[in-house]
Amino acid sequence: MKILVAVKRVVDYAVKVRVRPDRTGLETANVKMSMNPFCEIAVEEALRLREAGAAAEVVAATIGPAQSADTLRTALAMGADRAVHVLHDPDPTRPLLPLAVAKILRAVTLQEKPGLVILGKQAIDDDCNQTGQMLAGLLQWPQGTFASKVLLDKEKQKATVEREVDGGIETICLDLPAVITTDLRLNQPRYATLPNIMKAKSKVIKKVTPEELNVDIRSDMEAIEVNEPPKRKAGVILSSVDELLDKLKNDARVL
Amino acid sequence: MAAMAVCALRRGSGYAAAGFRCSSRLLAQSLRRFASTLIVAEHEGGFVKPSSLSALVAAEAITKENRISVLLGGSGPALHKAADHAASSHPLVSEVLVADSEALAHPLAEPWAQLLHSVQQKGGYSHVIASSTSFGKNLLPRAAALLDVSPVTDVTAIKEPRVFVRPIYAGNVLCTVKYTGEDPCMMSIRSTSFSPATEAMSETKVAPITQVDLSFLSEGTIGKSTWVNLTSQDTERPDLANARVVVTGGRGLKSAENFKLLEQLAEKLGAAGLSFYQKVGATRAAVDAGYVPNDLQVGQTGKIVAPELYMAFGVSGAIQHLAGMRDSKVIVAVNKDADAPIFQVADYGLVADLFEVLDELLKKIPDKK
Repeated sequence: MKILVAVKRVVDYAVKVRVRPDRTGLETANVKMSMNPFCEIAVEEALRLREAGAAAEVVAATIGPAQSADTLRTALAMGADRAVHVLHDPDPTRPLLPLAVAKILRAVTLQEKPGLVILGKQAIDDDCNQTGQMLAGLLQWPQGTFASKVLLDKEKQKATVEREVDGGIETICLDLPAVITTDLRLNQPRYATLPNIMKAKSKVIKKVTPEELNVDIRSDMEAIEVNEPPKRKAGVILSSVDELLDKLKNDARVL
Repeated sequence: MAAMAVCALRRGSGYAAAGFRCSSRLLAQSLRRFASTLIVAEHEGGFVKPSSLSALVAAEAITKENRISVLLGGSGPALHKAADHAASSHPLVSEVLVADSEALAHPLAEPWAQLLHSVQQKGGYSHVIASSTSFGKNLLPRAAALLDVSPVTDVTAIKEPRVFVRPIYAGNVLCTVKYTGEDPCMMSIRSTSFSPATEAMSETKVAPITQVDLSFLSEGTIGKSTWVNLTSQDTERPDLANARVVVTGGRGLKSAENFKLLEQLAEKLGAAGLSFYQKVGATRAAVDAGYVPNDLQVGQTGKIVAPELYMAFGVSGAIQHLAGMRDSKVIVAVNKDADAPIFQVADYGLVADLFEVLDELLKKIPDKK
């Protein structure tokens, strides 16, 4: 069985982003970019399934401009076998929406015919949390979102997924092929070692365009403006518990 | 006039498309006039969940002349009791749709997305709203893909019927977006941004309850997924997202045992009159260390809370954690490290050993009012 993993290049999670003064977007020049943390977890899970003998091949895919190839190289350095890069130069005012990404990934899925597609549960830039669910819907495959544990049964062609839901942990069973999205506690992604980074340079990245995949990219969302959230007014450092209780009672009136 | 007529003719299903021929003012008018909203509601113990009541508030924010239909699914007497609750939950509710089937008894996305698809096809709603709970986040995008539309995630404000504000980059940026696509305009809302009025409705208006035709359930993807079980750690208390007091611990708590101290404090704060809706939260570090279960995590990828009082003990204040609590009314931080970023958002800070502070608070806050 083959596993397809979708990865996204995003502003590094530790960077504090700034809104451009004209409010049309964010300062992205010279900002550190990395693989979306949830996507790293997705790659790691696919590799673990391959190492456990449940899968034969791991293919990483991304959609984005030429620089997104760095993210694919990272996935290859972690251990993915090969990669697909769907080249797309985004219009900054109309970024690619999850529905378009899902349609492109459906086309890649139909070409690659994996038994399982693993994605992160959300990208930490747009915070949408949609693509995996949409891909599953478009393919009419079952979905296991927010996974914190995945067990594959190769013979029965089933996946048992433990999901992080509001009330606790929910377990569901999916017929393969299926789509799974990863939560933070699914695994601890490995670091790429130097020899593996070198090896990754010789692995194949296939380049395609949305047109070649016959996907029409439509954008139904217009970003009107971006703003900084309202600043909280400066707080005070108190010296004792008594003072805290007094403030909560008399100033904040919450006690 | 001609443009208006076109608008009026197409209002039933595709006025967004017709809108290209109308001025934006006319479009806005027609939207105001013909908004009809489907709310995908969750219920528990015979009541509509508070997060779904927030979706009603959001529907009202779209326009006051909104016809709201509430969709409830599941099986058994609790479903029908919740339907009665939904029918009298808001003056704008014009209909409650009940989908009674074993296939919908558990929150599986596959049958639920089919249900939503089928109900939308029949009802031609202009808006579909779910709350950004794990149920809503799992279901809504799948249903949107079936309907070939782009949903808006985690809406925190509604400016116009199709203009919304949503946080991106872990809440460090607020993005205003305009939905320009076909009907329905689908969105998940952040329930803490749309608080329902606490007092009950004065006039008792009861909307009719209709059974949904479930013939679509025999086809499609149903059966490709099965529900096995739900392991719940904490069933007695309200959901973290609806708590009025949240006492949170980070890595500084050092053990699962010590989280009991936070529970005691939360209970005392409830007893002190703040409201009994109190709850313990945690940072990712505390969850990863195994001190508390995952559903207590507050942050970008956990729960978003906005309680009246948020007390953080041993929490450094990483970007990802702040994303989940920065809209709290009053924030108190207790940390040994005076440079911890949490102090930048705290209204009141104590640079001190959290265990000493906890001890003192537990002694000094009265048990009962």
